[in-house]
Amino acid sequence: MSSVSLPAGIEPSGPRPRHVTATRIGIYAFLLIAALFFLIPLIVMIMTSMKSMSEIRGGNIFALPMQPTLDYWVKAWSSACTGRDCYGLAPGFFNSVKITVLSVPVSIVIAMINGYALSFWRFRGSELMFAILLFGAFVPFQVLVYPIIFGLSRVGLFGTLPGIVIVHTIFGMPILTLLFRNFFASLPVELFKAARVDGAGFWRIFFSVMLPMSVPITIVAVILQVTGIWNDFIFGLVFAGRENMPMTVQLNNIVRTSTGTVEYSTNMAATVLTGAVPLIVYFVSGKWFVRGIAAGAVKG
Amino acid sequence: MMIVAIGVFVIGITFTVVLSFTNSKLFPSFNFVGWRQYEILWSTPRWVQSVTNIWFYGFGHIVLCMGVGFALAVAMDQRIRGEDAFRTIFLYPFALSAVITGLVWQLMLDPIWGFQAFVRSLGFADFTFAPLANGETALIGMIVASVWNGVGVTMAILLAGLRGIDEEIWKAARVDGIPAWRTYVSIVVPMMRGAVATALVLLVVNVVRTFDIVIAMTGGGPGIATQMPATYVIDNINSRNVGHGMAAATCMLAPIAVLIIIQAVFRWRASRRGRTTS
Repeated sequence: MSSVSLPAGIEPSGPRPRHVTATRIGIYAFLLIAALFFLIPLIVMIMTSMKSMSEIRGGNIFALPMQPTLDYWVKAWSSACTGRDCYGLAPGFFNSVKITVLSVPVSIVIAMINGYALSFWRFRGSELMFAILLFGAFVPFQVLVYPIIFGLSRVGLFGTLPGIVIVHTIFGMPILTLLFRNFFASLPVELFKAARVDGAGFWRIFFSVMLPMSVPITIVAVILQVTGIWNDFIFGLVFAGRENMPMTVQLNNIVRTSTGTVEYSTNMAATVLTGAVPLIVYFVSGKWFVRGIAAGAVKG
Repeated sequence: MMIVAIGVFVIGITFTVVLSFTNSKLFPSFNFVGWRQYEILWSTPRWVQSVTNIWFYGFGHIVLCMGVGFALAVAMDQRIRGEDAFRTIFLYPFALSAVITGLVWQLMLDPIWGFQAFVRSLGFADFTFAPLANGETALIGMIVASVWNGVGVTMAILLAGLRGIDEEIWKAARVDGIPAWRTYVSIVVPMMRGAVATALVLLVVNVVRTFDIVIAMTGGGPGIATQMPATYVIDNINSRNVGHGMAAATCMLAPIAVLIIIQAVFRWRASRRGRTTS
């Protein structure tokens, strides 16, 4: 059986099971209980968003909705209040779309060129630059928040769309550059040398040789950035300003606004709506997402 | 552009550290006051509480993520059926923002609507599990939520490490009659220390910046029971006490600096070992 060699990293390597033993049952029981723990909050979130408040009061959070309704989804989308404004989540959704659509390509293109330059066009101090950039991946954002507020307001970009895009680009750079540098470093150097011999320059090699080869890694980077930027809270809160408030910030404001009894139906509907985009990306992308995780988890 | 980013990191950190020695309010001033801000900082109860909180929260979060993550990874590595389905389930919370995590778990742990009410409705009238309602236990609730969000990543990294172990190791251990748990503890874990280190570094980095989940779940309360250094820094910037906030931010940098030095030492030792053996 072991003569069938599968590529490393795909085949489980743990001790081989002999029969259906007590250990085996224990393993499945453990996994199933864990799966339940992970799934329950999502189920509760969706079920609660479909129940009326009277039903929530009457039953418990694990009960199925008796008269499922999407009224609260509509309310959360278009008329839930944050402070005095009652436009729902919709403006936040479109702001998040704007921020994501602008930040993702900008940050990826720059990181791609960085990674390319760092792996093939070594120059004096390039190792040091890379080390500092990596250090940037570890620095808590809060340490840099004030200097960036100050810098951006000096040039009049604080609280604007370009401002938040710049912030996302800068903070995405360490991890994305690392991702692309590691990818380009794994390509054979001969490829680069051959192109050099043929007389191709920096940009020619980049566009004709490297770009077509980096499609898979770019997909990983896109997934990483879309979920990362969509889920961002603190940058949106600090840098986006009232006009460009992303969905996560608006979600939090809607939930904080509720006075008296907390209206969980609307809150959970808003939560489901905000989580829908990254969840769809996650379920559609599957293994790609997992590949990006080891690199992307630093973003937190 | 790379230079701009590096410039932002280097200049930004320098700026933060310099300002921490001034009495800046809303705008930066260069009125140096020495260590005054740090003295005030460490005698402010809310800051001291924040630091205590992050130690407790960080310890709980990291130990649980590593423990549960490793247990899940080992279980996933037993040639089980439906591995992809389990992996998808364990990892999806990570795709959700910490704000969403915080809000969902706030409902789950709500004493009137959540888990406690459910168990009580089953007839256990004295059952109590509503950590967020009480200042002494609120952090536990937050740990539960953050582990739910993050343990999948630890599991994925450790699983990749387990898969990197040569099958022959297992055969050899079995021939020698070593029990499986012993093989894990004494052979496999030391062999995958790279994956363990990666998972650990990621957890530490994420703990230090903990912010979103606090805001969404408790807003720092009850009282100041779940305040964190990150919320302290942001609040001080908002309340126009920048010099003080920057002193707090500089203190947040310290554990990261320690981490990087440890990592550099390890890399240096590894490279030296590589040279002597070759």
